[in-house]
Amino acid sequence: MTEQQPIISIRNVSKRFGPVTAVDNVSIDIMPGEFFVLLGPSGCGKTTLLRMIAGFEMPTEGQILIDGQDMAKVPPNRRPVNMVFQSYAVFPHMTVEQNVGYGLKIARVGSDEIKSRVAEALELVKLDGFGARRPDQLSGGQRQRVALARSLVMRPKVLLLDEPLSALDAKLRAQMQFELADLQDEVGITFVTVTHDQDEALSMAGRIAVINKGEVAQLAPPSDLYEFPANRFVADFVGSVNLFEGKLTLDEPDRAAVECEGLGKVYLNHGVTGSHQSNVWVAIRPEKIYLHVPGDGKAFRAAQEDAPEGYNFARGKIRGMSYLGDITLFDIQLESGAMLRVSRPNLSRRDQEDFTWDDKVSMHWRADSPVVLLS
Amino acid sequence: MTMLARLLRKREPIAPLEYTRRLWMRTWVGLVMFFLYAPLITLVAFSFNDSRRNIVWRGFTLEYYEKALNNASLMEALLNSLTIAALATVASVVLGALAAVMLWRFRFPFKGAAEGAMALPIVVPEICLGVAFLVFFAKIGFPTDLPWPLNLGAITIAHITFCFPFVAMVVRSRLTSFNREEEEAAKDLGATELQAFRDVLLPHMKPGLVAGALLAFTLSLDDFVITFFTSGPNTITFPVKVYSMVRFSVTPEVNAASTLLIVLTIILTTIALKIQSRMGTVSQRH
Repeated sequence: MTEQQPIISIRNVSKRFGPVTAVDNVSIDIMPGEFFVLLGPSGCGKTTLLRMIAGFEMPTEGQILIDGQDMAKVPPNRRPVNMVFQSYAVFPHMTVEQNVGYGLKIARVGSDEIKSRVAEALELVKLDGFGARRPDQLSGGQRQRVALARSLVMRPKVLLLDEPLSALDAKLRAQMQFELADLQDEVGITFVTVTHDQDEALSMAGRIAVINKGEVAQLAPPSDLYEFPANRFVADFVGSVNLFEGKLTLDEPDRAAVECEGLGKVYLNHGVTGSHQSNVWVAIRPEKIYLHVPGDGKAFRAAQEDAPEGYNFARGKIRGMSYLGDITLFDIQLESGAMLRVSRPNLSRRDQEDFTWDDKVSMHWRADSPVVLLS
Repeated sequence: MTMLARLLRKREPIAPLEYTRRLWMRTWVGLVMFFLYAPLITLVAFSFNDSRRNIVWRGFTLEYYEKALNNASLMEALLNSLTIAALATVASVVLGALAAVMLWRFRFPFKGAAEGAMALPIVVPEICLGVAFLVFFAKIGFPTDLPWPLNLGAITIAHITFCFPFVAMVVRSRLTSFNREEEEAAKDLGATELQAFRDVLLPHMKPGLVAGALLAFTLSLDDFVITFFTSGPNTITFPVKVYSMVRFSVTPEVNAASTLLIVLTIILTTIALKIQSRMGTVSQRH
């Protein structure tokens, strides 16, 4: 077996429930040791995909291979994967120890080995000393660790996690994100996680597959997904974005320009790849737009540093703002009438007082900030 | 709080929903309780009456309890009742649990009809069931001269018929709170279908099974109408025996026997309710 053989290979898999297509011709290769995330809105088919890997659903079409073996005729209890369920599914009538040892007991492992492996697993998830407790004496986060330990103790080739953090409160979730990532480093098992939470996906994943309506919208590492979204769905779903329809007026290998009715003239210092027509969309992230007090031509000049005159520049009026502490969000009505979302970091204590409702503002952005989307 | 403070404190006004502090509500509840329990209390009280007739109070005695317990045919009837109840309970729990799991787990054609048909023994008047059993057992020529306890077969079958739907109902309502991911988790950890049932689903069903069993036991123990139609001269049950005793005269002995039955029923019902309420709090936690 070479290092490059995928641990999970999903080949042209479709799943239909009656007339509904939950998963539509998906092909994904997941490499050993990866932290892989399936990200998408609820009902997009990501959980169905995970359940097909675990064996709880059978694909209508296509093939799933785990470690090179076709799983078509392998029931869930004989697959080399283990799953952490969304509800954790900790057995309420068993103690923590019995929960974690359950799989080993079924596999008829000797009781001494069960004992040492359970202790090891509980230590791994920082639950040593909790063995005798019952699940109803545990907090949500602790119950999740029990579920995690219960799966890890089986030493699976792949650990599947279904919305692992959705039932936790925000602070605990942030903490668990790091702990999960650390844990994955430590045990070296391949993790496949399903989530609808983009922060969770971005912070933990090595690679993310964004799923929309049963299809893979984009498969890329987190920063690529955010900075180079492949289409409008990904741009909009991952982070927030300003989207404008426009026409390509300049289309060269190393530069391009788009004229948008809403945003005005946009210049890019890179070319547009892929076959395309002149109708395109321009996406630009709120934090990549700079706000200026109008009148002194500063914004206009700043835009000209890397773009021709009149490009990458706009004027508008603040229609709404919300102060979030670390940043302030502005909703700005452009001269064209279109709305633009801009975020501005509060680098010093009084920064949020610079602009307020109904202020006129000028804006510019750098030529490498906008992204041209073809679909 | 001292007496003085309590005296000095002004009476708090009655809040809109504090019905328990309104006189008319208290009167009403009192009347309802009186009508419900006065006959029972009279029955129990007169079981200690030192008189042959049940009309005037003549003093306290336990004589009639002694008499009842020494009445061989009454005790034989009690033994019959307990045997039937035990057999009917075991069979009802197995059948009821299977029916509940089937209705909860699977989808199949005519499921609604199957569910309705199963609940039928609960809603059909007992007298109809009684007559139906009488006719049915006579028609198929069910043997009546078998040795004990086989001669209780007809009654036991009849009791299973009306007891198991109750078990099925209790178990099924318990199953609705089951998290199916637990069963999947068991399979994910390597358990077969049977192992997952034994290790995860059955423990979850247990309170329902116990409550259902107690319910079935009580129902069977004090059933009169259906039993009356299916019992023969050698298969008298406790309620039927009490009835026949009453036909001669209502002696305190009958009261004593009935009181024993009431006590037994109350104990079993209390246990059933306790288990059910615990079941409720446990399922709330997930």
